Amino acid sequence: MSGKLEEFDNRIIFAKTLIALANEDPKIVVVCNDSVGSSNLTEFRDLFPDRLIDVGIAEQNMVGVAAGLANAGFTPFVCAAAPFLTARALEQIKADVVYTRTNVKLCGMSPGIAYGELGPTHHSIEDIAWMRALDSLPIVLPADEAQTAEAVRWAANMIGPVFMRIGRYKVPSVSLGQSPAFIPNKAMRIIDGSDVTIIATGTLVSRAVEAAAQLKTEGVSARVINLSTVSPLDTTEILAAAKETKAIITAEESVTRGGVGGAIAEFVVQNHPIPMKLMGIDSFAPTGSATFLLEHFGLTADSIVASARELLKHGK
Amino acid sequence: MVINTREISDLAREIRIQILHTIKGAGMGHIGGDFSVTDILATLFGSVLNVDPKNPNKSDRDRIILSKGHAAVALYSSLALRGFFPVEDLKTFAKPLSNLNGHPNRNKVPGVESNTGPLGHGFPIAVGTAIGAQLAKNGSRSFVIMGDGELQEGSNWEAAMFAGHRKLTNLIAVIDRNGFQQGSPTAKTNELDPLDKKFESFGWEVCVVDGHDYAALHKAFTDPQTKPRAVIAQTTKGKGVDFMEGKAEWHHKVPSAEQYEAALEQVGKQ
Repeated sequence: MSGKLEEFDNRIIFAKTLIALANEDPKIVVVCNDSVGSSNLTEFRDLFPDRLIDVGIAEQNMVGVAAGLANAGFTPFVCAAAPFLTARALEQIKADVVYTRTNVKLCGMSPGIAYGELGPTHHSIEDIAWMRALDSLPIVLPADEAQTAEAVRWAANMIGPVFMRIGRYKVPSVSLGQSPAFIPNKAMRIIDGSDVTIIATGTLVSRAVEAAAQLKTEGVSARVINLSTVSPLDTTEILAAAKETKAIITAEESVTRGGVGGAIAEFVVQNHPIPMKLMGIDSFAPTGSATFLLEHFGLTADSIVASARELLKHGK
Repeated sequence: MVINTREISDLAREIRIQILHTIKGAGMGHIGGDFSVTDILATLFGSVLNVDPKNPNKSDRDRIILSKGHAAVALYSSLALRGFFPVEDLKTFAKPLSNLNGHPNRNKVPGVESNTGPLGHGFPIAVGTAIGAQLAKNGSRSFVIMGDGELQEGSNWEAAMFAGHRKLTNLIAVIDRNGFQQGSPTAKTNELDPLDKKFESFGWEVCVVDGHDYAALHKAFTDPQTKPRAVIAQTTKGKGVDFMEGKAEWHHKVPSAEQYEAALEQVGKQ
């Protein structure tokens, strides 16, 4: 969406990584809800027809079946549109997956406002708040192609439930050759800075990077943290941001109430309070494309820059 | 196959005695549903299931998923008597920090397969374990035990439809058809019948049996299958104690000292 850098649909690398994992490990299976096309799983189904279990349009059954497959020794990746996975099957996620601690990988496809004009029924802005409320459920939001590949591989190899978001619309690479691009349980500081910290997740990380570049031209040193793991929160990195910079901006494609902004604010206010601005999507969206809606809700590099100026002005 | 129903009835009697002790000791429990499901559990644990108390997680074990998790005490008593954990531990049921919660917890109790309690959860999980066994080709069978009122949850019918579609011949759904839900008869709340025809139309074979007849239950659990099988076990809520049988208030009533003694005496003779 920046229009300059080459951009990638993370679902493509997601499916490619799953196929590679399935070739290595016969325990890897996919469970989905008539979502083979939208999850980009046609090739997986062609290669492993027995290991793609499509329950049809039945999300409660989908998550329960996945819990059963995990009980039977398999590593199921549940691939379904994020709003239907997390809302329709929330109690199955809570009881059958998280409380029972089954080895189920919950992959929320096309999260946030990715479905644009299809409207709030198809948007998934509440998922992070809902998943955050569950006890000890890792929440991973890969920001680009490299992070998606590494995060999926990590999820397959760790034992226990995970929730991850896999974006729909194309985003540029933000890992910028960092290796590894994804470190479990760690926030990734991708640009260092000393005046203000921008903590962004998923699709908004590239916008935070653009904002930092603009701020630099104004003489403002902005730190950018790619919070690819929201739970558990990397409190060491957040505390450093609170101590070493004057203000924190959070940017997410979800509700800030209980979302990423909420998570960081809960920690900052109890440990090292500094001025904060939480940027996200806190209401049902009007009609419009994903690009339009990101602008409508002020989730742009320009808006992040404006928030930084405002916070730093008050801080003086 | 000829089975020794005496062994099963001995186990059932011991399960009922432990249920009485445990619920009396804790001052809470779901005694009516525990007693209606007891003979089903005794038949499964006594003569059907391939499970090993010394190796409760062996990969080819049969899965038994108690979807009606509120009958936890019946399950705990069955597991303890089969040697999954000491019978003595039943005394801790519902006490602070006990492993034996009001609903079962897989991570704390050997032999429990899933943390059930909210209704309509066990059936999809059993469909998953049955598919997993087919993928693993290890001969494991899956049994899910549900209350009848629980079948009002839509998730069960998602699972039933999919199991029928997949022709899961290693899956048995047992319906503890005691005719009551928490507050009143199922027929007055949201009628389930014709339950057999509902399952048949979803691609299942159906056995309607007396849920307290060990030989009939054993046959329903072991006859060869060509489809997933629903065993509609016609049971009596509170079975085994005359003043509890068929009474809605015994869904989760706790017996008084006199009722406890009278119940123990009746059950002990069975």
